[in-house]
Parts: sequence; C-alpha cells; structure tokens
Amino acid sequence: MDSISLIGMASIISAGLTIGIGAIGPALGEGRAVAQGLASIAQQPDETNSITRTLFVGLAMIESTAIYCFVVSMILIFANPFWDHVIQAGG
Amino acid sequence: MDFMQLGDISPDQIVFWQWGWISLNATIVFTWGVMAFMVLGSWLITRKLSSGPELSRWQNVLEVLVGGMRNQIQDIAQEDPGSYLYFIGTLFLFILISNLLFIFPGYIAPTASLSTTAALAICVFAAVPIYGILSRGVLGYLRQYVRPTPLMLPFNVIGELSRTLALAVRLFGNIMSGMKIAAILLAVIPLIFPVVMQALGLLTGTIQAYIFAVLAMVYIASATRAQKEKERENNPEKGENS
Repeated sequence: MDSISLIGMASIISAGLTIGIGAIGPALGEGRAVAQGLASIAQQPDETNSITRTLFVGLAMIESTAIYCFVVSMILIFANPFWDHVIQAGG
Repeated sequence: MDFMQLGDISPDQIVFWQWGWISLNATIVFTWGVMAFMVLGSWLITRKLSSGPELSRWQNVLEVLVGGMRNQIQDIAQEDPGSYLYFIGTLFLFILISNLLFIFPGYIAPTASLSTTAALAICVFAAVPIYGILSRGVLGYLRQYVRPTPLMLPFNVIGELSRTLALAVRLFGNIMSGMKIAAILLAVIPLIFPVVMQALGLLTGTIQAYIFAVLAMVYIASATRAQKEKERENNPEKGENS
C-alpha cells in the first residue's frame, strides 16, 4: 500500500476514533453535573441564579475536553500536515 | 451564497484581495465589519439619550444590556463593577455580536478563526496581571504564584498558560463546529433541517460569549480578590461595608 492511501486511511479512522471516544467522558460528566445542578435547584430554588451560572461555567470547562477532541479530528481530516507533505512530495 | 467551502477549516484561508505580502482575508474583513457595526450602532443610539420617562426603544436595549452586565460582574467579583465593565463588557459584546450575525447568509463569524480567539484570549492573559497589580501591587501579585508553597510555582505558571489556550480553543472549536455542521448538513439534507442547527448555533453563540466573559471575570477576580479578603480579616467592620 502506498503512503498516500495509508495516511488517508489512518487519518480518517483515527479522526473517527478521536471524536467517538473523546465524547464519552464529557457526556458522562455533563450528565452528572446537570443532574446534580437540577437537584440543587430543586432543593434551594432561591439560589437558582448562582447555581445556574456556576453550572454553565462548569459545563463549559467539561465540554472543552470534547471540543479539543473535535478540533484534533477536524485537523486530521481538513488540515492534515502529513497528508499535505505527501501530496507535495508525490506531485 | 456561502464563501466558506467544506474543506476550509478557518476563515483565514478565504482571501478576498492580495497585494504582495499584504492579504485581506475574511477574518479581517468581518472583524472590521463587526467593529464598524458596533461603533455606528452605539453612536446612533447614544446620539440622543434621554433621562426622562420617554425612552427610545434602542436606548432601552442598551440600558438592559449594560445593566445586566453590571449585575453579573457584581455577582462574580463581589465588588463594584467599575473598570471591569469596560473590558469584560467589550469582550462579551464583540463575541456576542460576531456570533449572532452568523444567521445572515454570506457572513462568516470572525470567532470561527483561531487567530481572533487567540487574540481575545491573549487580551485576557494580559489583563489578569494588569488588574492584579493595580489592586495588590507588584509583589502582592507575584506572591500568589508561590502559594500555598513555592513548590507550586511551575504548576501555577502552567495553569495560567493552559487556561489561556483553553479559552481560545473553546471558543474557536464551538463556533467552528457550528459552521462546519451547518455546511455538512447543507450538503446532506439541504431542506429545513439546517435551519434547526442554525437556531442551535444562536444558542451556542450566546452561551459561548457569556462563558468567555464570565471566565475572564473569574480569572481577573481571582487575581484581585485575595487582598480584599485579608483586609476583611484585619478589620471586619470596614470590610463588610466596602
């Protein structure tokens, strides 16, 4: 197998694996965080504002791990440096 | 009409005009567009302000926005918004407007480019020591790096750098993924369904602007707050009032 198809195959498979596996952890974490936040709001409705704000900031923190995976898989598909190198060397 | 091709990962790659090494890409054009929009809009609205019971509707919009930002900053920093409002408010409004305008066809959000978000994150990175030194002095600010022990110095420095990176990549990733998903859906299911994702993009854009501003405020507050807590311990009566 020549290097172009090898690199293309490896990039696409690993991009899928990156976002697939990388979404599991943040999804579980966000689910737990939201469930806990809703329980807290149900217990203390007066504190809704500050709970919601902290919840959103926390969710953004958790979500950023998934976003890193997404950015890496986007780079693998659309802006892969190895792919460009091989194309230039071949062409 | 959509300038952004499926293969472009950033609006930096769309070049409108090039002369020698000077190139005018979509990020620069739309950043200046958003800036002109904000400046002109604010100028038009604040041209005739009234303090009487008769408010123009746009003055009301601006008052709600500024008042809301003041309240949020007050809640987070536990002190008078003062000079934080200018910095945090500018960040929030710029990101919010550049995200929300993305419902217009042909517009590309400048925040979908890593250069814009990195610039904004570097502004926050620079603002944290500035506000910290203004409120606690140079030594007082530097001392927080060796807390609780000097062993933590490298971790504090790395934390400072990595949160700047996280700030930039979070905003970039969210907005870019919104545009990318819209582009992919347009190729797969061109009817109706992309509209739903665009509506979701409005929600994401607002939340991301809010989160960027809140995180910047939290970072600044953590650099300025410790001093005030110490003052409060020393003379509790005065600290409670201020």
